[in-house]
Order: sequence, then C-alpha cells, then structure tokens
Amino acid sequence: MSSTQKSNKSSNLPDSDVGKVLDSFSPLERKIIPFLNLPYEKIKEKTELDDVSLLRTLRFLENKGVVKIELQHTTIVDLGTNGIYYKKNYLPERTLILALEEQSYISLEEAQKNSKLSDNEFRVSLGVLKGKALINLSNGKINLTASKEELTKKSFEEQLIDILPKNLNSLPPELLHAVENLKKRKEIIEFRKDRKTLILLTPLGKSLAGQKINIDLIEEVTPEVIKDWTRGKKFRRYDIHAPVPKIYGGKKHFVNQSIERAKRIWLNLGFKEMSGPLIETSFWVFDALFTPQDHPAREMQDTFFIKDVKGNLPAGDIVKRVKQAHESGISGSKGWRYSWKEEEAKKVVMRTHTTCLSARTLASLKNAKNKTGKYFSVGKCFRNETLDWSHGFEFNQTEGIVVYENGNFRNLLGYLKEFFTKMGFSNIKFVPSFFAYTEPSVEVYGYHKGRGKWIEIGGAGIFRPEVVIPLLGEYIPVLAWGPGFDRIIMDKYEITDLREMYENDIKKLRDKKVWVK
Amino acid sequence: MASVRFPRKEFEKQIKITEDIKERINMFGTHIKSLTDSEIEVEILPNRPDLLSMQGFIRAISAFIGKQTGLKEYKVIPSGEKLIVQKPLPQTWVYAYACIVKGIKFDDEKIKEIIQIQEKLVATLLRNRKKGGIGLYPLDKITFPIAFKGMKPDEIRFRPLEYPEPITGRQIISKHPKGREYAYLVEHWNVFPVFIDKKGVIMSMSPIINSHDVGKIDENTKNVFIECTGTDSLTIQKALIILVTTLAEMGGEIYSIECIQQNGERTQFPNLAPEKRRVSIEKVNALLGLSLKDKDLEELLPRMEYKYKKGEVSVPAWRTDILDTVDIIEDIAIAYGYENITPILSSVDTVGEESEDSLIKNKISETLIGLGLLEISSYHIIKNKEAEPLEEEDKVCIQNSKTDYKFLRPNLLIPALRILKENKDNEYPQRIFEIGPVFAFDKNSQTGVKESENLIIVATPASFTEMKQILEYLMRTLDLVYKLRESSNKLLIEGRTATIMFKDQEIGYFGEMHPETLCSQGLKMPCAIIEISLESLMKR
Repeated sequence: MSSTQKSNKSSNLPDSDVGKVLDSFSPLERKIIPFLNLPYEKIKEKTELDDVSLLRTLRFLENKGVVKIELQHTTIVDLGTNGIYYKKNYLPERTLILALEEQSYISLEEAQKNSKLSDNEFRVSLGVLKGKALINLSNGKINLTASKEELTKKSFEEQLIDILPKNLNSLPPELLHAVENLKKRKEIIEFRKDRKTLILLTPLGKSLAGQKINIDLIEEVTPEVIKDWTRGKKFRRYDIHAPVPKIYGGKKHFVNQSIERAKRIWLNLGFKEMSGPLIETSFWVFDALFTPQDHPAREMQDTFFIKDVKGNLPAGDIVKRVKQAHESGISGSKGWRYSWKEEEAKKVVMRTHTTCLSARTLASLKNAKNKTGKYFSVGKCFRNETLDWSHGFEFNQTEGIVVYENGNFRNLLGYLKEFFTKMGFSNIKFVPSFFAYTEPSVEVYGYHKGRGKWIEIGGAGIFRPEVVIPLLGEYIPVLAWGPGFDRIIMDKYEITDLREMYENDIKKLRDKKVWVK
Repeated sequence: MASVRFPRKEFEKQIKITEDIKERINMFGTHIKSLTDSEIEVEILPNRPDLLSMQGFIRAISAFIGKQTGLKEYKVIPSGEKLIVQKPLPQTWVYAYACIVKGIKFDDEKIKEIIQIQEKLVATLLRNRKKGGIGLYPLDKITFPIAFKGMKPDEIRFRPLEYPEPITGRQIISKHPKGREYAYLVEHWNVFPVFIDKKGVIMSMSPIINSHDVGKIDENTKNVFIECTGTDSLTIQKALIILVTTLAEMGGEIYSIECIQQNGERTQFPNLAPEKRRVSIEKVNALLGLSLKDKDLEELLPRMEYKYKKGEVSVPAWRTDILDTVDIIEDIAIAYGYENITPILSSVDTVGEESEDSLIKNKISETLIGLGLLEISSYHIIKNKEAEPLEEEDKVCIQNSKTDYKFLRPNLLIPALRILKENKDNEYPQRIFEIGPVFAFDKNSQTGVKESENLIIVATPASFTEMKQILEYLMRTLDLVYKLRESSNKLLIEGRTATIMFKDQEIGYFGEMHPETLCSQGLKMPCAIIEISLESLMKR
C-alpha cells in the first residue's frame, strides 16, 4: 500500500503500514497511547497534560487513524442559591406540611405564623400543596388532607434536589417533570452547559491502547546526532499533510506590480520612460494641449487647484506659439478665437492626466536633430472627485507617444492592440471618439472574457497640429494615448470597490497573488 | 459628453432601429446608452452640437447609412429686415445675430422640444450662457428694425417671462429665478444688453430672460424671430445656424436678416454657404495609413454630409468642429469604418529605456522586499484632521476638495500612521515601506510647490536596533556612505532618535516611537520608523 494513502479510516493495516504509523508518533503521542483505553479525564490525570496539549495531541492521533474524537454537549442541572438553602432546611412546602401536621384545620394566618414562612414562600407552598392535592382550602382555613403515607414520601422535587448535580439527559421523566416545576421558582435550580470529550478507539487504536511504545526515534537532527550517527537509528515519521503556520514575505504593492507589468510591455516595444511632476501648471496640463481656457475640465469641480501658489511659464517663445494657436490657430486651423490669458495658464493644478508629460517631451525635442522617438509613462493623476466604491480622486494612467514622420492611424491602433492584448484582453475594438487635442481620436474597447462583455478601456488619437506645431516646431505625426489603468488592475485582482486600491489592508496585501501572466 | 433622448416612435418614422442600425450608430461615434420601447438614448460627443437635436442626429445618420447622402441645402429667403448692434455693450458681449423662421406648427410637444434643443446648445456650445445666449420670439409681436444695445440696469424695465409685473434689470437679477441663477455672469457689467424693437419695446435682456409680453412662444405662434448673442462671433453664429437648420428640418422656412455689428460688419444671416477646404489625398492616406483613391473620397465624404469634388470639400455650415484638415480626415476614417482599419505596428526602431529615477526606486524596493518588508501605496493627499499639527508653512492646500482630504502630504509618516491604525487588528509583526513623493512650498520651483521622493519604513513591534539594522543593510547594499547624529524628535523617544547624514546633508531620521505618540494614534504596539528623503541619494 502507498504511504501517502490517508489513514483516517484504518482497519486492518498490513504490518508495514502499522510500522510506519508507529514510527510517526511524537513524544507526546507516545505518552498518551498507554492510557488511551481510559476516559478523557483519566488520561488527563495520568499524563499530567493540560487540555490544550492533550486535545491537540489527540487530534494528531485522530489524523493518524488511531482514535475518533467526539465532543458531547450536555446540560447539567445543579442547585441554585435558594436550592442549596432549601436542601439544608427543607423546601418551604415541606416546612408548611410539618407545621400543619402539628395542627390541622387552622386559619391561613395561623398556618403562616406557625410555619414561619415569608409571604412569598407561604403563597408558593400553598400553590404546590394544593396542586398535589395534599391540602384543602375553604373559608380561609387549611385542612391537611394527605394521608400519613403520602406525607412521609419525599416529593419528586425533594428527590431531585437530593441528587443534584446531574446530567439533564440522565434524569427519568418524573424527575424531569420536577425540573420543570422547580425551574419556575426563584433560584432553586440552575442549568450549566457542559462539554465532554469522548475518545473512541479505532481498530488500530484498540490494538495500540494500553501498550507502551518503546521505539527510540530521533526527533531533531542536531550536530550531536550527526556526530554520533550509526546505521539502524530511526527518525520519527512526520505527517506530511499536517498544516504548518503561514508565513508572509515582502512584496511589491499590487498596484505597483501592475504598473511594472505595463512598463515592461512598453520597454519591450522600445519605448523610453518619461518622468515629471504630479503638480503642474495649467500651461502644461491644458494650454499646451490646445484645451481652451473656458473648457469645463478646467473648472474647480473637476480639477484640484493648489491654493496660494502661482506657477511660472516656460522660457522662450513656446508661450507665444501656444497663445497664437489658441487665439487664431496655426497653419490652416482657426483656433479657439478668444483672448488667451497668461494668468490662467499660471494656475497650479494636480495633473489630471499624464499627457502633460507628452507635451513636455515634445517641447524638449524641438531643437533635436532627430525627432523620431517612442515615449511612455505610467503614473498617478488626480480628479476632484468624491470617494466611494466607484469614484476616487487618485488614479493611474498609462501614457504613450510615438513621434515618427511616417506614423499613421493604423500604427496607433497597432500599438493599442499590442498593449491591451498583453494586458489580458482577448479582443480589442476601436470606436470614434473626441478629445480636444487629438484628431482623429479613438476610444478603445476590450472584450472581458470573465464578464462576457465589452468594456471601455481608454482614449487615444493623433495629436492635432495646434498641439504639435507650437511644441515641436513643425508638424510630425504624433500618435498618442492615455488610457486609465485602474480598471485593469481592479479586474485582475477581482476588486469591486475602488477604495480597496489604496486601503492598504495588510492582511489583503499579504494574501494577494503575484501577477505572473 | 451630453446624453440625449429621442422618442423611439418619432425616430423610427425616419429610420428603423434594427440590429444593424444600432451597430452603425455606435460606429458613428454616438454610443447608444439605452434603448427601450419608448426611447433611444445616445451619447453625443462635445464636438458635435449639431447632433443634439433629433433632426440633426437623423440628418447625420441618414447620410452615414447611405439613406440620404451629401450636403443638405436649405433655402434662405431675404426678409429685408435689419438687426443693428449698437454701442455701448458690456466688455466682450458685443455680437448679435438673428433670423426668422416661418411656418412651424407650434404645439405643446414641439415647443418643449425646441426649448430643450435651445437649452442643450446653450449648455454645451455656449458654455452655459458664459459665451452666449439664445432667444426665440413670436414674430408678429415685434417691429423691425431691431436694435441690440446695452442699457443701464435701472433704466431697463419690462415684464420678464412668467413674472406678474414689469421690473427693472437690476431687480430681475435679484428677484427672477433665472435672474438669480445667472446673476454672476452679468452683475459686474455697467450696462445690460437688451433687444429693443422699433417701437421701443424691450424684448429681452441677454442672456438672462425674455419679455413675457413679446418673448413667449405658444400654440398661436406661427412665425418666430430667433437670435443669438455673445462673446465670440463665430460660435454664436454656429449655434444659431444649428438651431435654424433644425427648425427647417421641422418644416420651417428660413428668412434671413441683415445683421450689422458694432464694428460695421454686415452679414445677411444666416449664411448657409458651405466653407470650402482643400484636402489632398496623399495627406489623407499618409495620416490614416490607407490607400484611398479619389473615387473613394467621392463615396465616403458625402456619407458624412460633405460635398466633395476633385480635392475640394464643402463643409456644412452647422459643423462647429472643422478647424483643420485633420478634422475632415477623421470623418473620412469614420465613414470608412474604424472596424475596417487593420492595426499594424510601425517599423520605427527605437531602444527602450527605463528612467533613472525608476531604476533607483526599484532597486530600493527590491532591497527592502528582500528583507521581507511589505510595500504599501497611500494617497498623496492627507485629511484635514491629519494636517492639524503641521505648521502653516508646511500646509499646501487644495482648493475646493470634495472630500475630507485637503492637503498635499508633507511626509510619508502621516499616511503610514493612518495605515497602522487601520491595521490594528491584523497579525503582527507588521513591517511596511513606501516610496513616493512628498510636497512643500518652494518659491524656486516652477509651480511654487516642490516635489521630492521620500522613503518610509515602519516596523511594529520593533526597536531602535532593528531599524538601525535595516538602515545599515539598505545603505550597504546600495553602496552609500552615511553618518548618524544624535537628535530629538517630538514623536520619538529622546535618546533613541538619530538623524541620518549623507554628504554633510541631513536626509532623514529614525528611531523608536514615543508611547505618547502611539497613544494619541490609538496604537498599542511599540513601533519604530525611518523616513529618508531620496532626492540627494538619487542624484549621486
């Protein structure tokens, strides 16, 4: 038989397997086995182990098919405070009977006086005795109608009190009835939940119980063991299926892992990483991207503006060129035809997209001999939003531009398809869209296999001449995209609440799987 | 992005909504948001205000699906009437155009529909009345010529729409609901613009409200005078052209008016003559990556409502978004069908390269992960309450935040403490780190705010020794020489705090957290921290 076979239900195991079981007993298990045929409390007594260690070791023995542990839940009935008193001093109804035996047929007041019972006790006793038909009440007088025989017999309640504490299950029906009666009275009896551990021996257990196991097994390999090693010595076998405590290692935050993954895709396609600040002037975030100064996105309800600061505009005549593009257009365009204000461009914001990095990069290429290049960035952006399961004010965006004189719309779609396919979408679809700084523009949809539907991934386009010419100095096709990224992350990690992205719950971070493929 | 709803029955009188048509509408760029038995809801992109009305939308889709292609022409008859723009007028609100539309059957439904189209145009194209306003008037209630000029607010007096009595211009912006809503646009003006007819009747106060007596359209109205005024001549003309062609689609006849601007410019409005642009097929193919021929353009452009002949494109007057040739090229691509364009990577060779900052941050990250530390990622903005103990000069504030998060984080410690607090019930030990930007005022930076990368390491429970071990390991692995100096920090235990020096510069500190700080944060386990500014380390 194979040694990996589970031995939960071991019947007649061949000797080789019994041998393996014997070799696997730990010192504690070997301590208990001699007493396994005794009840739990006795084992505890004999081995001097505490409940925790004993139970744990018994469970290991259970896993090895030696015992089966059953927990029995029982209810114990015991005396309450008044019960203890009444056991010593008779139940009040007995006290009343004793008083009535002296003098039968007396008034209620006299009966109470003679019995020395309290008002409550007297009332209850009357009820009990009347219920058992031992007395008669008429015209305010009590008459003891019980026979001598009936009076000498102990009531069921008295019998019960005598034998408590007892397991509720062990009581005969007439005493159970007494329990019900006493339950209604104040603190005569009380109930306790008890748990008893029952140990049932399996056939293997039966064959082992009571025996002493005298095998010399090595527990830990130490330098001494190695030094004194001789052939024939045995090691205690381990239960390879026994659970071990979980350990945690260091890990990159899952958002950063996802960012690394996206980065790798761009790097492999020959893109160079752009970097830049999160706090930017409106010039780079909006104006250089041909977004008019009265565009709704530039309002305070959509964008974070930093208080008490004013930005500086870049040196040189880039500002003049951008101004011209806005006011009167360039090379055939009509522009936005309004009065462009420097003050507006100087306002400082938290960047609402990473496209400002692309703008800066283009500006840096203006005097380059060879302007051809592919650039990317994956970074944080901000929006003036509330914080709930589907809204947040911080999000990640991946940005890319290809500056190439022969670049065209098909190439744009090509890069998008390549990236999103590698990010896990099985099918990509392109639909017309609109952005202030690209034309033509496109919205990318990816087919989500898990949800069985198309989802909007992000936008892209070819930068308008009004953007490229002021920054680059001439018109070269610039393919550009800036899809949001968080959707993809949430999908991969099965997060439905956006806030979980930055909640930093250490338990969740520890348990998060690594994104391999 | 604006969403418009069209009644399905009306829509299907012109175009039946089949599965194929649904797909076509989506591939036109107007995403179908919902479709029920009673209505169809579509998303209209900001560059196509001409699609905000059902008439404009159907006109465009009919061309796109091939039902009625080419540039639609509307007859315009000169009315012989005049609109004169006079001085003074406030600041930039100096342009006014108007025309007449006759023969529309105005019932309750139609009036509602026209008001909705007007409102949508004003909300989007005219930036919610900031750029311009539109008004409609029953033609028979006014006398020509009409003047558009500014008058002192107290000298203006008329009964505004749905108001019981005549009041002054000043009173309108404080008493009338529309006046109160848009007061902010006009209250700083010396004069308020009004339309006055030949008899001196004030027709309206732009862009606030029409007169109840002469500016209210009802079922009895047959002919209308429509106007648009505002700050940008081209935009307001476009807005009015969109409205007037929509009314023409509803069965109206267009009559033009001679509009004379402040600067003397005379226009017979509306001028629906298409703008002509030249488009080179080489440019189209270069930008799109296709190999189209002239005859392809002859087939594609009319499906986007253009007229095309031998390199010359005629653009419909109601298009506001054709600023450059690229705008026409996009329409060619849409007509061709984005789904028919095959993606292909370009053949340009470039070498990929990670930024130096990223490389260094990744190495630091890798080193700490090697010690078993868990990376966290927190918000860049901190809560109002968390910023309280900071000095005023360290508080970089965000205007108008919608949440409790109002300040840029000056260090990584504040978010780290928040995270420790939130993880009180998770298994210990907890050893975390974060690398990220922190912010401070800086007059020398281009934005007035300086951003620099910091690193924070927090371990709990942990001691000074363990933190020093981590610091030492990190600096040793990165091959950086540093020195320590005893120091004090009000959050840390005196005598167990050190400042970290790199090249004679203070770059950070570390130490054991003081029980007082821990108590005030509601933390029960001992804790030690390191926070370092990576700026000078990265420069090395």
